[in-house]
Amino acid sequence: MKNLFKNLMKKTAVAALALCLLSTAAVAAESLLINGAGATFPYPLYSKWFAEYHKAHSDIQFNYQSIGSGGGIQQITAKTVDFGATDAPMSSGDMSATDAPLFHIPTTLGAVVVSYNAPISGELKLSGEVIANIYLGKITKWNDPAIAALNSGVTLPATDILVVYRSDGSGTTYVFTDYLTKVSGAWSGKIGTGKSVKWPVGIGAKGNEGVTGMIKQTPGALGYVELNYAIENKLPYASVSNKAGKFIKPTVATVSAAASDVSKIPADYRVSITDSAAAEAYPISSFTYLLVYIKQTDAAKGKALVDFLNWAMTEGQKISPSLNYSPLPEALVAKVQKTISEIKIK
Amino acid sequence: MNATRRQWVNRVMMGLTVLATLVALVPLFFILSNLLSTGVKALDLNFFTQLPKPVGEPGGGMANALVGSGILLTIACALGLPLGILGGIHLAEYQKSRITFYTRFMADLLNGVPSIVIGIFVYAILVIGMKSYSALAGGVALGLMMIPTVMRTTEEMLKLVPRMIKEAGLALGIPYWKVILFLVVPAARKGIVTGVLLAIARIAGETAPLLFTALGNQYWSVSLTEPISALPLQIFVYAISPYETWHQLAWGGALILIGMLFVLNLVSRFSFKKSRGR
Amino acid sequence: MKLKADRLFEGITRLAALSLIGIVLLMGLMLFVQAWPSMQAFGFSFIFGSDWDPVAEHYGILPIIYGTLVSSFLAVLIAAPLGIGIAIFLSELAPPGLAQVLGMLIEWLAAIPSVIYGLWGIFFLVPWLRQTVEPVLIQWLGFTPFFQGPAYGIGMLAAGLILSIMILPIISSITREVLKAVPLEQREAALALGATRWETTRLAVLRYGRSGIIGAVFLGLGRALGETMAVTMVIGNRAQIKASLLAPAQTMASVVANEFSEATGKLHIASLVEVGFILMLITLLINAVARLLVLRMGGEHLK
Repeated sequence: MKNLFKNLMKKTAVAALALCLLSTAAVAAESLLINGAGATFPYPLYSKWFAEYHKAHSDIQFNYQSIGSGGGIQQITAKTVDFGATDAPMSSGDMSATDAPLFHIPTTLGAVVVSYNAPISGELKLSGEVIANIYLGKITKWNDPAIAALNSGVTLPATDILVVYRSDGSGTTYVFTDYLTKVSGAWSGKIGTGKSVKWPVGIGAKGNEGVTGMIKQTPGALGYVELNYAIENKLPYASVSNKAGKFIKPTVATVSAAASDVSKIPADYRVSITDSAAAEAYPISSFTYLLVYIKQTDAAKGKALVDFLNWAMTEGQKISPSLNYSPLPEALVAKVQKTISEIKIK
Repeated sequence: MNATRRQWVNRVMMGLTVLATLVALVPLFFILSNLLSTGVKALDLNFFTQLPKPVGEPGGGMANALVGSGILLTIACALGLPLGILGGIHLAEYQKSRITFYTRFMADLLNGVPSIVIGIFVYAILVIGMKSYSALAGGVALGLMMIPTVMRTTEEMLKLVPRMIKEAGLALGIPYWKVILFLVVPAARKGIVTGVLLAIARIAGETAPLLFTALGNQYWSVSLTEPISALPLQIFVYAISPYETWHQLAWGGALILIGMLFVLNLVSRFSFKKSRGR
Repeated sequence: MKLKADRLFEGITRLAALSLIGIVLLMGLMLFVQAWPSMQAFGFSFIFGSDWDPVAEHYGILPIIYGTLVSSFLAVLIAAPLGIGIAIFLSELAPPGLAQVLGMLIEWLAAIPSVIYGLWGIFFLVPWLRQTVEPVLIQWLGFTPFFQGPAYGIGMLAAGLILSIMILPIISSITREVLKAVPLEQREAALALGATRWETTRLAVLRYGRSGIIGAVFLGLGRALGETMAVTMVIGNRAQIKASLLAPAQTMASVVANEFSEATGKLHIASLVEVGFILMLITLLINAVARLLVLRMGGEHLK
């Protein structure tokens, strides 16, 4: 009596495994899968880019996991993904930790906006100092005199501000804290800049997605997110006063203005453009980067990556404004294309 | 204390236990009804056949997550069933073995390890080792979680098999290993299947060990060495997102997952009943 | 007189058992080795330090331990009386048919995966807490340090409540088994002396099964300590020590889930692994104590 269930289960498992392996071979023969992970900041844009690129190249698939800039840097360093993505440029310490050099390829510009969920009629205006004090816990109510002073004529509720921050290692956090460090002595002394900091007050949420979700669901909440997330979810966001003293609403144009001085951008593109002095610049703007190894060890994947990057510099840039991301300045695109051509494929 | 007072106390305390039961059933009722009403709206043909679409585009589905979960569970069984069942056989049939105590002990330990810690372990070994997130890593993490349950159930079910069967086999001159494999195990098979189904039900809903092993994938993938999507993973990602369309998909996925688990639980309960009732 | 085939088969099964032992030992070893850089850097100040600072690369997990313990104890505080009450009802009072159906329903609570609890938590429990429950708590009990601060909805209370629902079936089903194991003579003796149902239960059954019931509660505690998904979705992810139950907090399992895939820097990863290692040790200890207590009841079938 050989009708053993255990035997049957084992046979089924083996058969299933064989099927998987066969279909692996089949799928592998059909399409190339390239894995990347990192920043949530550009995720809506990358998501669209990958989908559009796939339409033109149906044999190549880009799988991108939006886990935060910190994750992107860690995973590309560990080589568990084929490319990383980050808004925060890697520090020299991070870069020396990789066992081969990599390029930061800037892909687009975006804005970190202060979004909120409060019954405020009209536009909210904030200054860097006030934002820092909210996040330091010094300003706790919506109708605090410091906020009221900037928003005459607007009724502010007398309720608590429920501060939200990123609980994961985030490039968006890096950009935001970089800005706060520049505009608030109290912030730079106490907290500083980083992908992950010791927030004095508030609750943490995961990813730009999580913060947006938290703001959306929590009346009285205030948090920092990438512009597209606020717009997609119909959340209001504040105008912020810049170095030139004007209150600037984050738009594709005002973010581009922050990167207008291409000469200030170093050869490796690692630069901070927050608190820009340009008159019409939105002060919390940032580049976002794809991280790729200069020497690509997998010929097929390397070729696909380079091809995609070139596509991103031409076709991709045209898509950016439709999702509220700013295209790279033209002068910069030429430089980046040259850098892309320096990627060596085995 | 007079009799009436004691009667009163008795009634009150017994009433409290009834209350406790009702209170416990309230969240169950709410969770299931919320799940049903919110989830059912998301279940259309798209859900089962489409891949996730980029943010803002309608019509996405969770087809790849359903397939991915299936693949992960298959890999888990490939690891967990042989180790669990053979280990259970060892515990039950080779009592004189020196390692039975340690095996049971370790199985208990493994059972108590939080699933996220198992994820860390598999990450350190397989993801770093293979330099890639993979379905294999995810499946192994889930498989490890299966082993204690399958081993324990197999051992108990084998022990319940009447000695007569073993003795009869041995008396006929059948070698011990054939007695176990072809007489005792088949006699216990319904119970073993129950244990297996329950173990599968437990790991089918696990998310934490997949977070840094299988990682997730927006495309069709049946490859063992690439990241793969899974139903609970996708539910998590969609749940903490801000997009309404994704929330809907999360609820739909949750409904399917619960449905699957309840079916597994019911089937295992009834098949076991039938075998005991004999 | 063993045939070669017999020895081979026994060898195969022994190999399976040995692999299990090997895997568990390997796991303990790997975790320790990966956590070592952090242990070396911080020593015991890791456990007692309050500073979880990935920027300054300084890690202390006292607030995270606090969050883990308080949320789990809160869960046990709610689930233990309920679970024991349910067990008493199902094993002493309810007619067998009803007991079976109700028992199955309670078991279903255990079958619901953690991520679905989290999903339900975010969209139903948390808004309910934020809009209905917490304002009332602040109004009536806001003078105590336990109910102060803004009504986020998210936080320690939400996590404790969800955990309590999740561990309720464990406590109730094991207590039921414990109560079943109490010999009939104990009950009959009490009844013969004229005790009421409750008195019988209290004096004869509960007292006899005391260690087993405590064991059941410990097992529930063990499960609560290790819960990841539901907790990380509703606790607020903020490592702090606050008396208020309305405040956000952080637990060991949750911090690992949040930060592991993104930890840059060997020390950050090592610290997270150390958190996982410590969590594993704590849950293993609690589970071991629980099993000891349950077994002391003298039940082989109570496993």
